[in-house]
Amino acid sequence: MPFALETQELTIRFGGHVAVDAVSCAFEPGTLTAIVGPNGAGKTTYFNLISGQLKASAGRVFLHGQDISALSAPQRSLRGIGRAFQLTNLFPNLSVLENIRLAVQSRAGLGHNLWSIWSSHRALITRAEEVLETVALTAKRDMAASALPHGDQRKLEVAILMALEPDVFMFDEPTAGMSVDEVPVILDLIRGLKTQSDKTILLVEHKMDVVRELSDRIIVLHNGALVADGEPAEVIASPIVQEAYLGVEVAK
Amino acid sequence: MLNHLLSGDLPRSRVLAVVLVIILAGLLLTPFIFPGAKALNVAAKICYFIVLVASFDLLLGYTGIVSFAHTMFFGIGAYGIAIALTHMGPTWTGVAVGVAGALVISLALSLLIGLFSLRVKAMFYAMITLAVASAFMTMASQFSDITGGEDGLSFKVPELLTPGFSLREAPFLGVSLDGKLITFYLLIAVTVVLFLLMLRIVNSPFGRVLQAIRENEFRAEALGYRTVSYRTSSNVLSAMFATLAGALMALWMRYNGPDTSLSFEIMIDLLLMVVIGGMGTLYGAVVGAAIFIVAQNYLQELMKVASGAATNVPLLRDLVHPDRWLLWLGLLFILSVYKFPAGIVGKLRLGAWRKRTAQPGA
Repeated sequence: MPFALETQELTIRFGGHVAVDAVSCAFEPGTLTAIVGPNGAGKTTYFNLISGQLKASAGRVFLHGQDISALSAPQRSLRGIGRAFQLTNLFPNLSVLENIRLAVQSRAGLGHNLWSIWSSHRALITRAEEVLETVALTAKRDMAASALPHGDQRKLEVAILMALEPDVFMFDEPTAGMSVDEVPVILDLIRGLKTQSDKTILLVEHKMDVVRELSDRIIVLHNGALVADGEPAEVIASPIVQEAYLGVEVAK
Repeated sequence: MLNHLLSGDLPRSRVLAVVLVIILAGLLLTPFIFPGAKALNVAAKICYFIVLVASFDLLLGYTGIVSFAHTMFFGIGAYGIAIALTHMGPTWTGVAVGVAGALVISLALSLLIGLFSLRVKAMFYAMITLAVASAFMTMASQFSDITGGEDGLSFKVPELLTPGFSLREAPFLGVSLDGKLITFYLLIAVTVVLFLLMLRIVNSPFGRVLQAIRENEFRAEALGYRTVSYRTSSNVLSAMFATLAGALMALWMRYNGPDTSLSFEIMIDLLLMVVIGGMGTLYGAVVGAAIFIVAQNYLQELMKVASGAATNVPLLRDLVHPDRWLLWLGLLFILSVYKFPAGIVGKLRLGAWRKRTAQPGA
C-alpha cells in the first residue's frame, strides 16, 4: 500500500540545536497516529516541517509518493496537507463564519476571482455553515473570532481544518485548554474522520486516555528523535516511554 | 439593484447613508448652489481624491500594507496626461495615450516593487517605498526637458473640456454650460464608476483574501493562499487606480508639477484622509476626502469670520487668527483619531450594529 505521507531523515537545526533529528516515518491512509513526547521534544516542529511552515535543514517529505520538500506552505495545503495549530491561529477581526468560509473558498480555488461578489457564491457559505454546525458554533456565526471564549476558538481552529477537507489532517493538541465538557465535540469529530477510510490523521496530544482510545499507532519523539513506534499498548508499556514521557506526565 | 451596484456592501448605518447621499448631492449640485471657481475646484478635488484615497485604502486598510509610494503612482498618472498632451496637442488620442502609457509604467513599477520587496517585513517595505518615491520625485524635477522640472507642465486639453467650449449659448439656471462644467460632470461620473469598481474588488472573493492576509498572513498561507501573489496583486491594483486619479487631476487642472502630485505633503494628507474616514471601509475614503478637503479650504475663511467677531477679546483673537488655521486643523485631526480610532465610518457602523443587536431578547 502506498503511504499517504512519509518523512525521510527529516531534520531541522536552529544554530547548534537539533530540534528534529532525522525522523523517518511513514503514515498509511486510514490510520490515526498519535505523536507523543515531553514538551520541547519537537512534535510541533515536526508538524511545521511537514506542512511547510518551516523549511527542513535536511531530509524529505513525500505526499502520496510525491516529493513535496521544495513546496511552500500554501502549495502543500492545496495538495491536501491540512493543519490545525496548537496556539489558536485565527483571523481575529473576521466573523466566525468568515474564518471557515475562507477555508472553503481556498479549497474551491476562487481566491483570484475579482469580479463577483463574495456573497453570490452561496454554495461556499452553505458549506461553511455545515462545518460550523459540526462544531456547534452556529449561534455565534456573526461574532468576531477574537470575541469567542478560548474553548470556542479551539473548536473554530478545528472547524477551519475540517473545511479544508485535506487528505492528511494534522491536529496539534486540539483539546488543549478546553473545559471537560467541550472536549467530546472535538473527539467526536476526529472519530468521525477515522470512519472515512482514506483520511490520514496525525495527532499531537498530551491526554493519554485520549491517545489510547483514538490512535492506531503511537510514535514517540524525544529530543527531536524518534525513539519508539508501534501499537498503542505496546508503546505505552515500553520502558523508554515510561521513562522519557509517561513518568513525567503521570506524576503531574 | 442598488445592492448589486454596491457589491452587497451597503453603508450599514443610516447616518452614513445620509452622509454619503449629502456628499454626492453636494458634488452634483455644486455649480448651481455654490457659485464661483473656488467651490468648483474644491468639489473636483474631492472627486479625484476620493479615487486616490480609496485606492490607498485598498492597500493600507484592506491588505494591511504600508506604502509611501502611493503619490508616485498618482504623479505618474498626472505626468502621463501632462506629457502626452504637451507633445501630442489637445486631442483625445493624446488623453488615451497618456492614460495608457501611465498605466503601463505604473503596472511595471508596482509589480517590480511588489515582487522584490513584499517578501520583507512591513517596516522595510515602507522604507523601500519611501526611497523609491523620493528617487522618483528627484527624477521628475531633474528631467526637466520631459517633465518641466520644478515648474511643471501647463497644457491644453481637448476642446470639449475647455472653458471656451459652449454647449448652449443661454445659461441654464444661471450657470453657463461650458466645457468646464462638462469636465466637472465627467469627473464625477468617472469617480463614481471607479469607486464602484473598487467596492466590487474589495467585496470579491479576492478582496476577502486580502482582508484575511491583513488579519493573519501566516494562517492565510496555511489555508493555501499564496500571500505574496495576493499582496502583489493588491499593490498593482491600488497603483492602477491611483494612476487614474492622477490622470483625472491633470485633466481638471490642465497643469501638473511635482508639488501638485508627487509631494510628501499629499502623502500625509492621504494617510490622514484614510484614517479619519475609516481604514478598510472604502466609504471612509468618500467621507474622509470630503471632510478633509472642505476643512483644508474653508477652515481659514471660517476663522476669518470668527477672528473678526472676537477683535476685542485679546487671547481668543490671536487663537482664531486665520494664520493659525493649520494649528486647528491639526488639533481637529488629533481629536478625531483619538475619539474615532476606527474612523468616522467605522464608528458609525459600530453604533448602528450595536443598536441592531441590542434589541430585546437578543
